[in-house]
Amino acid sequence: MFHWLEKRPFLFAVGVFVTIAFAGLIEIIPDFGKASRPVIGTKPYSVLELTGRQVYIKNSCNACHSQLIRPFKAETDRYGHYSLSGEYAYDRPFLWGSKRTGPDLHRVGNYRTTDWHEHHMKDPASVVPGSIMPGYPWLFKNTADVDTAYAEMITVNKVFGVPYNKPLPTKDGGTVTVKLPSSVAEAHKMALEEAKKVAADMKDKNVKDMVAKGQIPEIVALIAYLNSLK
Amino acid sequence: MENRPLEYDYTITKMFMFMAIVMGIIGMTIGVILALELAFPGVNTILGSGPIAEFTNFSRLRPLHTDGVAYGFTLSGIWATWYYVGQRVLKVSMAESPFLMFIGKLHFWLYVAVVAAVVVSLFMGYTSSKEYAEFEWPIDIAVVVIWVLWGVSIFGLIGIRREKSLYISIWYYIATFLGVAMLYLFNNMEVPTYFVSGGIGDWMHSVSMYAGTNDALVQWWFGHNAVAFVFTVPIIAIIYYFLPKESGQAVYSYKLSLLAFWGLMFVYLWAGGHHLLYSTVPDWMQTMGSVFSVILILPSWGSAINMLLTMKGEWQQVANSPLIKFMVLGSTFYMFSTLEGPIQAIKSVNAIAHFTDWIVGHVHDGVLGWVGFMIMAAIFHMAPRVFKREIYSKSLVNAQFWIQTLGVVLYFSSMWIAGITQGMMWRAHDEFGNLAYSFIDTVTVLHPYYTIRAVGGLLYLTGVFMWAYNIYKTATAGRVVDESELKNASPMAA
Repeated sequence: MFHWLEKRPFLFAVGVFVTIAFAGLIEIIPDFGKASRPVIGTKPYSVLELTGRQVYIKNSCNACHSQLIRPFKAETDRYGHYSLSGEYAYDRPFLWGSKRTGPDLHRVGNYRTTDWHEHHMKDPASVVPGSIMPGYPWLFKNTADVDTAYAEMITVNKVFGVPYNKPLPTKDGGTVTVKLPSSVAEAHKMALEEAKKVAADMKDKNVKDMVAKGQIPEIVALIAYLNSLK
Repeated sequence: MENRPLEYDYTITKMFMFMAIVMGIIGMTIGVILALELAFPGVNTILGSGPIAEFTNFSRLRPLHTDGVAYGFTLSGIWATWYYVGQRVLKVSMAESPFLMFIGKLHFWLYVAVVAAVVVSLFMGYTSSKEYAEFEWPIDIAVVVIWVLWGVSIFGLIGIRREKSLYISIWYYIATFLGVAMLYLFNNMEVPTYFVSGGIGDWMHSVSMYAGTNDALVQWWFGHNAVAFVFTVPIIAIIYYFLPKESGQAVYSYKLSLLAFWGLMFVYLWAGGHHLLYSTVPDWMQTMGSVFSVILILPSWGSAINMLLTMKGEWQQVANSPLIKFMVLGSTFYMFSTLEGPIQAIKSVNAIAHFTDWIVGHVHDGVLGWVGFMIMAAIFHMAPRVFKREIYSKSLVNAQFWIQTLGVVLYFSSMWIAGITQGMMWRAHDEFGNLAYSFIDTVTVLHPYYTIRAVGGLLYLTGVFMWAYNIYKTATAGRVVDESELKNASPMAA
């Protein structure tokens, strides 16, 4: 049979393809729907948080930091409650990472402050002696790309039905609505309002000046994102 | 006229050989820089901490290293061998088909253009964040076109073949083509935000079709099997051709090659789940990932043992020929790596190994010891046939072999120790049940191992430069050889 098949390239290729594809079909399809349901308290990212998430991706933070707390005592002691599938419902892409050169960040918003991040991102070893993380001084100067984050919000809302402008249940029994800006100008306005709150806790003069002038440095967006990770 | 031997045309092989050397040097140099950055963080700002610091930073360089060696060095090497082996085992010359020659050239030049686009875009920070699938959507589309061109080349050459039965290497090239096509397409399903939002923001940006856990599942179904179908399947295609050719031995067992091939095709895809153990993907998938990873030892070792037994009765060749050394040790590293992988996929071992440098070590004993050795040996074997010249220096090949072997050993042994040390420290509790170490304790302890790893990487890179020099000298200054010297063992000057 195999000798026969090896003289027929088309059928051979079909056979190989079916054999390869089989596992994917069985493994991926059955749980695809189930895995994407949000848990109570999960909400879509605001415009500044999403901008910060893009800064996180742009600088490949995920190359060294995971966002996945495994269900072991050592991990829950260190990072907090183990991660739940539904918490990632609005994460496109997922940012679990595959290597912890630095610590996990899935709930970093619970135990680090804006002030801590500011100093740490500028010169990590000054905050954590012995740290091998490089500094990210350019984040304090580069302007964050709010437009693209806004475009992403529109896209996920339109294409995947991510629930912006809808009341969503919170853990304490109330509701929260994350607003989708209606124009680029409104997106900038909303981002700037959020940015002012973050910048108020920061010391860097350049950052403060930029925010006062209505500009948002990448670091402010990134910290807003990190603070949202809870 | 009828009985004249075929004149194979190696134009495109030469182009891809050149590219493999260039990308090998670039990709691995970046790798060594990254290794140094982990050992000595000051290297992150080696060109100053001004505006350029962004581009020498670990985080910006890391995808350039992984993609540079996987899709630059390795794919170029694979394609160099395809445009060589394909003609030979199908008994047809590229020169016979101007169409396929054109497709081959287009394949190469489009590939070079994409490599350039990838380098620029990754430096600029355009990344989807998905490992080994970082490219943004315009590049993804170009990658698909390149892949289709290669498919046209494979099936076009098969279409005009004289040898009706497909040799084992061809099975593996076909599988590489189909497997990567399927995986790449599904994993890179993304929606460009610029168009959906009506022209807002950056046109390069896109958002993944899948969210959260689903995205992770698709990514590691891809990620694991990109390893399978770039670092394993085509490299087996290479060894099935080059080891028998160089040694003059017939493949040990046809039945074993059948079992190994179909077994590998069926089992490999299941194993992706082992990247997601203890994550939020459903438990049964994690278990399947573990179980199939262990089963995967069988087809992996099937190929490797088939290759080692091909040398049966001819072991003196290992001592005499540095190329046989590379291939036999490559095959052995393949066995080693495919035993290590399943061990790491066992849930209780993975609890310690995951997220640590042991995984990095595992990848590198596979890619340095198996993929790198095989591609360099294949290019050494092809050089005299392609350039009609003797390999420039046998002693240089020998020296390269030992330097690189030492490099690989230093690399994986240091990463084993680093990974297990860190994994154990993360989970250690004191007598009161508190965590015994802060995170930074588990980082500073790794410094000596990171240093050893950088030395190992540097040795390997040194070998790559020796290889490049040797091939260059072969092409330009090697003694011109006669066709009769090119039967099996490659001619080499002392």
